[in-house]
Formats: sequence, C-alpha cells, structure tokens
Amino acid sequence: MRFLVRRLGFLLVALWAALTVNFFIPRLMPGNPAESMMAKFHGHVNPVAIKALEVAFGINNHQGLISSYFEYINNTLHGNLGLSLSYFPIPVSTVIMRALPWSLGLVGISTILGFVIGTALGAIAAWRRGGILDNVLPPAFIVISAFPYFWIGLLCVWFFALTLGWFPILGGYTETATVAWNWGFVGDILWHSVLPAFTILLTSIGGWILTMRNNMITVVAEDYVKMARAKGLKPRRVLWQYAGRNALLPNLTGFAMSLGFVISGAILVEYVFNYPGLGFTLLQAVQNEDYPLMQSLFLLITVAVLVAIFISDVATALLDPRTRSSS
Amino acid sequence: MRLFSSIGNVLLRSFKFLRRDKKAAAGSIIMFVLLVITAFPTWFTPHDPSAEIYTPGAGLSWSHLLGTTSFGQDVFSQLIAGTRQSVMIALIVGFISTVLSVGIGITAAYSGGIVDDVLSLVTDVVLVIPTFPLIIVITAYLKSASFWLMVLVLVITGWSYGARQLRVQALSLRNRDYLLAARARGESSWYVICVELIPPMTSLIVANFLGAALYAVLTAAGLQFVGLGNINTESWGTMLYWAQNNEALSIGLPLWALAPGVAIAILGSGLALLNYAFDEIGNPALRPVSAKRLQKARA
Repeated sequence: MRFLVRRLGFLLVALWAALTVNFFIPRLMPGNPAESMMAKFHGHVNPVAIKALEVAFGINNHQGLISSYFEYINNTLHGNLGLSLSYFPIPVSTVIMRALPWSLGLVGISTILGFVIGTALGAIAAWRRGGILDNVLPPAFIVISAFPYFWIGLLCVWFFALTLGWFPILGGYTETATVAWNWGFVGDILWHSVLPAFTILLTSIGGWILTMRNNMITVVAEDYVKMARAKGLKPRRVLWQYAGRNALLPNLTGFAMSLGFVISGAILVEYVFNYPGLGFTLLQAVQNEDYPLMQSLFLLITVAVLVAIFISDVATALLDPRTRSSS
Repeated sequence: MRLFSSIGNVLLRSFKFLRRDKKAAAGSIIMFVLLVITAFPTWFTPHDPSAEIYTPGAGLSWSHLLGTTSFGQDVFSQLIAGTRQSVMIALIVGFISTVLSVGIGITAAYSGGIVDDVLSLVTDVVLVIPTFPLIIVITAYLKSASFWLMVLVLVITGWSYGARQLRVQALSLRNRDYLLAARARGESSWYVICVELIPPMTSLIVANFLGAALYAVLTAAGLQFVGLGNINTESWGTMLYWAQNNEALSIGLPLWALAPGVAIAILGSGLALLNYAFDEIGNPALRPVSAKRLQKARA
C-alpha cells in the first residue's frame, strides 16, 4: 500500500512538473513568438478566448506571473485548453479527441504486442542459452535499434507500399470510404494500420527482448529454478511458472521507463505514414504555428505516459509481494 | 619509461580483448572509420556536396556512387559531408550528458538523506516526461535549432537515464569495506569519490556515454527529418528532410532517402555494439556462450 501511495505521489509531482514546464516554455523563448501569433487573431476571436490565450502564453497581461500561473493551472485542470488556431474556431480539446483514438489504437496495441512478444522471445532465448534465438536475436536487434524509427517506416513505405503495392502508402483510412461501423470500413482501417504498427513493433521489440533475456539469465541461475528442475517438473512449467514470472518483474518497471522512448518513436512513425494520430497532429500544429494545440498535445502525451507508468506500478505491486511489504 | 610500458600494456590488453570480442572489434572499426571521415571529409568526397550542377535524379554510376538528388547534388558526397555533424553531436552530447549523470548520480548516492531524495526525484521526473514531444515544442518556438541549441536540448533531456543507473551502482558500492576504510583513514570526500568510487564504475560510465551518444544521434536525426533542425546545414537528418519533402521515394530516388538512414544506423550500430561489449565487461554473465562450451560445462 505504501508503495502505491508513494508512486501516486510521484505521479502527481511529475504531472505538476509537466504543467509547469508547459507554462514557462513560451515565456522563456526569445522574441516571444506567441505574440506574433496573437496579433493575427485579434479582432477575429471573441475577447474571452483571447484572454485565455493571453494567460496561457503570457502576452500583454497586466496580472503578475504568479496569478496567471494559477489561472493557467486552473484552466488546464478543468480541461479548458483554449481554441486551436489552425482549425479555428474548434476548441483544442475537440481536435485532440479526434486524433486520440487513432493513436491509442495504433500505438497502444503495437506497444503491448511488442512487450508481450519481446518478453516471450527474450525468455526463450535465455532459456536455451547458446541456441539459435540466443545467438541471432541480440545482435540483430542491436543493429535494428540503431536505425532511426522513422527510417524503418520509410523503408516499409518504399518496399511494401510502393514497390510491392501490398499496403496503402499513407493515411489512417481510404479518403473516399464512407465512415461507418461495418466490416468494410474496419477492415480498411486495419489494412492501413499494418505498416505503421509493424514499424513500431519492429523498433520497440528489441528492447524488451534484450532486457528480458538479461533478467532471465540471472533468474535461471537461482536455486529455486534448480530445485524445480531437480523435482523433475516439465521444462515448460519451470520456464514460465518459475523463472519467467520472476524475470518479468524488472521488465515491467523497464516498460514504464522506456515507454517515453516508444511514444517518441511513434510520433515520427505517424508522421511518415500521415497517420491521423496525436503525433502527426503535433507536427502539423508545429508547421501551422498552432501553439495552443501544440502545447496541449505535449501535455496530453505526457499525461498518457505518466498514467501508463502508474498502471505498470500497480501491476508490479499486484504481482510482486516484495514491493508491498518493504518500502 | 614506466608510463610508456603501462600504456603499451593497456593497448595490448585492449587488442587482446578486441580479438576475443567480435562485437567490440566491429564497433571499434566502425567508429574509427567514421572519426577519420569526420576529421578529413574532403579525402572521401568526389564532388562538392552542395553544388547543384549534376544531372538531377540520376541513378547509380561510377561518377555518382549513390546517384543524385532531384536538385542535381551528388548523394554520396552529401553523405560524407554529413558525417561530421552526426559524429560531433554524438561525442559532445555523450560527453556532457555523462559528466552530468556522473555528477548528479554519484552526488545523490554519496550524500544520501535529503540531497539524495531531491536529486532522485528530479532525475525520475526528467526520465518519465517524454522528451521528444518536449524537444519538438521547444524547437518549434525557435523555428530552427542551431547545432549548439540542439546539443543543449539533447543534454537537458538525455542525462537522467545514466544518472539513475549510476546512483544505483554507487549506492551498492557505498558501504563496501574498502570505501569505509578510505573514509576511516581520513581521506577527503573528493579523494574517496574520484579514486575509490569512480574507477570500479568505469564500464558503466562508458556504457552511459555510448547510450547517451546513440540517443543524441537518433533524436537529432528525427528533429532534422521533420524540419526542426537547421535545414541549410549538411547532415544526415537534413538529407532525409529534403528527400522526404521532395517525395524521393515515390519519384524513384529511394537511395536519396534510404542512404542517410543507413549511415545513421552504421554510426548507431557502432555505438550500440561498443555499448553491448561494455555491458558484458561489467556483467560477465551476459557474455555469449558457445553451445559446445555449455555442453562441456553441463557434462
């Protein structure tokens, strides 16, 4: 319990830090780029919205830094993220809600798949020390992890989409298709997601394989594994029920720590495939100088990562009694 | 004289190690070649990398090893010229991040108490905040990131992973007998940290340097790819940016877009292979075992 309270405290501190960084970045920038953005919108936008944007970006406001800081935090906590400038007058939150399901579906599913498959492969590689998997996987993934994530995406586009023509080049769905919950449209979405998902899977899986393999090598040498073997248990049972379960625990913490890297890679993968998720929207906001949308997306991605980390903490606490008893 | 013989000894030992460890050897060769190219790019560039004077969109030929861009530049020469920036980013960011990681990680572990609590909290927060979106936001305000600005941003976001690892390692060494003995002798904290604490952690520190360097190369390439770097400099990421913006893949110039990625990966694999080798020095259990030796050991 104490473990979870501590982790919850950490979650709150990290959230506060992200909010604060988000507040100060536009204020620390030379030449206040946000001011020129606002100049374009005076007269077109209602005064209430202008006021909220001014608080968020620290432009011509006569109130002090501290009071605008609290007003900004208050606005953000109430989900009042302001209006998007490039999709004006649609609120930022609406733009984000449009992109969110795409990212959750693509990045969420491929990350979880990568974790499960990578962990299993790593366990098997360590179990058969000196076997084919053990000799081939680590060096192969060292090389793959040295490629930029987005480049693997470019390679996939070139080979599978342009050369072979098996998959669409870009987008989340066929533009001309009618949007409806039928098999045809869902199939179309899945077909479009194959290449980006494969790219994320391929680039993130190596980390899970290597860490699981390394944990597993340590665990396999433990006495209770020898004992299980000596009892004559089936090797498969020793592998998954004895060694694998314990080697998994540090990997769960590792999952939390590397999630940020996976999300970063996914942003560029979405960009390569013009996949209509959060990362692509973020880079479009950058190109259109849509600062409110850009900053809200940064905040949202951060919140998503922090919550995922907290979930993996809860899972660790549930699975590992040691974290519950000792502080 | 003694100095020379001990340097010779170190060289001999590293040579023996390289012969035994193929990963380390491959990594060292890659890094050596790239450093030579970084130092003397003109030895390897057959053409002026920025000159737009050749047949645009030409395929492979002896005069243009990797063809030309749709602006009529020589792809191979651009690739060579771009080496310097990526290697420099790797070395500089790797070095500064490692100094920060060592400083913060070891200060936290050695001081303990409230200093440790505060430093660890800061480290963990920096670690979990997704750095790439943050870097995108910062560089978006600055329009395009110059070399040193990119170094600054990468260092700010890149030190935390190493600091955390080094803190854990230093904590496990802190109460060893030889450290207690040094303190009991009345040695200063500086002496204990620099002479007794840091040397056993060398392999981890080097591994951290390589990890931070790899992070810097890949992140910088990503930023330049989406146009947030300085698009007028010669670098692999900038090449990717121009290739992507001119749809190199669909107009039949895949090499223009794919070659810089391979170059990044060669530098990246060099760093990663060395990193892996240093991991194995630090943790012998991870060293590859041959099936034969394993059977012998079991029998």
